[in-house]
Amino acid sequence: MNTALITQVAAFLWQEADMLDHGEYPQWLESWTTDGLYIVPINPDETDFENTLNYACDNAAMRAKRVARLGSGESISTSPVPRTIRSVSRFRVLADDGEVVTVRCAQNLREFRKDVQKHYSADVTFELVRTAGSFLIRRKIIRLINATDTLQGIGYIL
Amino acid sequence: MTSKHDTADQALTLADRVQADRVHTSLYTDPAIFETEMDKIFASTWVWVAHASEVPEAGSYKNTYIGRQPVIVVRDRKQKVHVLLNRCRHRAATVCEGKKGKTNSFVCPYHGWSYSLDGALRGVPHPESYADQLEKGELGLVSLRVEEYAGMLFATFKDDIEPLVDYLGPARKWMDLFMKQGGGFPIKVAGEHRFRFPGNWKIQLENTTDAYHFPLVHKSFLSSVDQQTVEMLDFVGGPGYVEELGNGHSVMVMIPQLIDLEANLDAPIPERFAELAQALRDEGYEDLEVRRIVRAVGGSGFNLNIFPNIACSMAFFRVLQPISVTETEIHHAVITMDGGPAVANQARLRMHEHFQGPMGFGTPDDSEAWERVQKGASAGKDLWIMLNRGLAGEKPTADGKVSDVSAETGMRAAYQQWKKLMTA
Repeated sequence: MNTALITQVAAFLWQEADMLDHGEYPQWLESWTTDGLYIVPINPDETDFENTLNYACDNAAMRAKRVARLGSGESISTSPVPRTIRSVSRFRVLADDGEVVTVRCAQNLREFRKDVQKHYSADVTFELVRTAGSFLIRRKIIRLINATDTLQGIGYIL
Repeated sequence: MTSKHDTADQALTLADRVQADRVHTSLYTDPAIFETEMDKIFASTWVWVAHASEVPEAGSYKNTYIGRQPVIVVRDRKQKVHVLLNRCRHRAATVCEGKKGKTNSFVCPYHGWSYSLDGALRGVPHPESYADQLEKGELGLVSLRVEEYAGMLFATFKDDIEPLVDYLGPARKWMDLFMKQGGGFPIKVAGEHRFRFPGNWKIQLENTTDAYHFPLVHKSFLSSVDQQTVEMLDFVGGPGYVEELGNGHSVMVMIPQLIDLEANLDAPIPERFAELAQALRDEGYEDLEVRRIVRAVGGSGFNLNIFPNIACSMAFFRVLQPISVTETEIHHAVITMDGGPAVANQARLRMHEHFQGPMGFGTPDDSEAWERVQKGASAGKDLWIMLNRGLAGEKPTADGKVSDVSAETGMRAAYQQWKKLMTA
């Protein structure tokens, strides 16, 4: 088992999680390849995201718009902004071809907004492209455990 | 001295609670009224259950609800659609689970009673204990009356109400227009966003023909689209209109030039669709087909509200399901072109994701506004919900009444139907 790689991947993904919990969106937007996709599918078994309905399937332009919306103060569902604390763990490297590392992990996220606390668990799969000393995200697929259930508004980035 | 509108709500009859220009707050908050609605409305009129494309083949089924009663929508081997109460006639267990699927029969998991796709009771394990006294012919799954128009399937518990086509009346021509967004291909429901909000179902019913909220509630969405789209969606104060269509149905036309998607196809293709148009040309589609498909992708310029639970809303079906007096489930079903070009359907899917669903740029803000309506409605229980916008300019038409695009004409129409059914 390549524990050095796990450590490197974990350090990168913990940093990403921390950025999102603390609203460091400009840095988050820079963590992606230009062709990167941020995907939240409905069906947990789905693999053809392009040709199916997802909760989100954001390319670079949509990610930038999503970030702009969160900070705009124009959206009543995100004012006040929800507070989130997420834990990311159970990292497992699924593939590594030298250029791209595919890693799967578990994410447990608590959200609090106004007077309601919610809990979202998800399997998250990343495709990370190696760069000098770090990674860029090419795919982030968030499979919510309850994605097929009725959800309420998610006014932040999973 | 107190005026009529200050009367404590207990003193009002149901009929008193719906006036020409306002409805009483208790319509959002009173659990007893909600119980009556399940009986007098959802169990007494035509209720939408599915689009035909959701049950495409023999054995295809969809589980849904009429009011709070679970029903199975299923297509049998002769292609006939049945709507069956999802309740075994033995001791009531549901015989079908899962949102959608395909099956050959329905078998109760409790004692194994089995039913065919049309609901007939086929087999009962160990029948000898009944000594031939089981009336199998009487014990099929309860089958409701089902009728279809423009691919829209409706069911009712009532055998004595008017045929569906009469119930829909002038709404039918708007349904026909709405289906043109197949762009020459059959319409297909290709998934849906489901969400709940803590509020009464009629708050959502009202919203379908509420242009007034759009620029305010959807400001963040408008900030995320191009200038041409912003101008297209700047319809409050524009030439659009709301028209009552009878039986509680209404249509809000926001963008009159997009009523008939096949009209004026030679108009310039909007900038935001230039890339899609080019992709279609590259695939070999003729200019007219490209224009028809691109126009269809953009969706219709109107919202049709069909009482009580379905709307044909610009580019999707909005389905409303009451859960309790203070909770409602909404489905936003995406529409694609069955067999149409993948690039065009991908554009539809991405547009749906952009506005709709729990992570969309539109739905969560609607949901927040409705939640606040419900919260606010717990204050001042003798107060009224005001629905008099556009009343002054209302004029009769061949189909009903019309007023300006941000008039509350559609809501008034729905509440008059509510009153008719609730006091029947």
